[in-house]
Amino acid sequence: MNKDKIDFILSLADSSLILAQRNGEWCGHGPVLEQDIAITNITLDLIGQARCLYQYAADHINQSADQPVNPATEDSLAFLRTEREFKNCLLAEQSNGDWGQTILRQFFFSTYQYFLYQQLKDKGTDTTLSAIAEKSLKEITYHVRWSSEWVIRLGDGTEESKRRMEAGIENLWPYTGELFAPADYEEEMAIDFKTIKTKWAEKINSVLTEATLTHPDGGIFMHTGGKTGTHTEQLGYILAEMQYMQRAFPGCEW
Amino acid sequence: MNTTFIRKFFYGDIPDEKGGESSYEVKQDTTTWPLWEVFIRSKQGLDHKHAGSLHASDAKMAIENARDVYTRRMEGVSIWVVESKYIHATNPEEAGELFEPAEDKIYRHPTFYQLPDEVNKM
Repeated sequence: MNKDKIDFILSLADSSLILAQRNGEWCGHGPVLEQDIAITNITLDLIGQARCLYQYAADHINQSADQPVNPATEDSLAFLRTEREFKNCLLAEQSNGDWGQTILRQFFFSTYQYFLYQQLKDKGTDTTLSAIAEKSLKEITYHVRWSSEWVIRLGDGTEESKRRMEAGIENLWPYTGELFAPADYEEEMAIDFKTIKTKWAEKINSVLTEATLTHPDGGIFMHTGGKTGTHTEQLGYILAEMQYMQRAFPGCEW
Repeated sequence: MNTTFIRKFFYGDIPDEKGGESSYEVKQDTTTWPLWEVFIRSKQGLDHKHAGSLHASDAKMAIENARDVYTRRMEGVSIWVVESKYIHATNPEEAGELFEPAEDKIYRHPTFYQLPDEVNKM
């Protein structure tokens, strides 16, 4: 497997893991018990996806020409890479804000993931990747459903909830453009980002319309760079917390 | 806002206060969501069984909450929810007249009949 492919798998894994870490911040702090459980269930789904992908990437890193001295594992990939090595999309690392912003982030990301994983599943050249995609799609389908319901509920809710959703869209929209801008390692992956973008926009528009919300029209600046390791200031803090244990006590287990 | 709720008894609990009324006045708390009862049908089960209750603002949310709260360990293949106020329960104080008359009617159990050998698989 070439380096591009490994980078691509790592970027899928990183996005799932970093969003999971973000969502995990809600654990014990959800607005109500039931939603605390819901968001942590989604978090566990995302960690599961990341684990499958990291294991797959680790196998190929260990078989590649420039294999590392210490064999790569799912743990080393998650806990021992630096900020510049992480390839998650910028959207995943954005702060939770309020419940509305967390919901919107999940909605934008899961909808993107849904159409991307559809292509990974159907492409069929890589049976492992398409199997991971197929398994993940069941979870993602529910994430899209759950987050859509919340977007509609809050957007078409009270004046206060609508105001918060509008603020959330304004905060997060500039990070949605990167999802459809292929990184250099994605060029060879035969993924049709144009189609994903069209379908994503259709779904987002239909849900936002039902939620009586709008999003900024074209022409606003879109941040990029997460997929190639140039992150917002948010990621450093996330990794500091997530990786602290393994950095401070290498190889620790409990 | 005052709303009349149907009195609900959980899992046969006898309420502390002197009961008997079929409905009572409670101050509705506008900051919490209504209570829903959840019924789950397991893979092997043919019927939906009461799994517990949860809070949700509407039926859709109740179903999704039930999925997350009560089926995360593969407990079910189907979910029913019903808002708790729509469940009417027997009054524990009337348990005597309702259920005790059956106690001395053991002949209603099919244990006094001689079964022909041909049906010994029953």
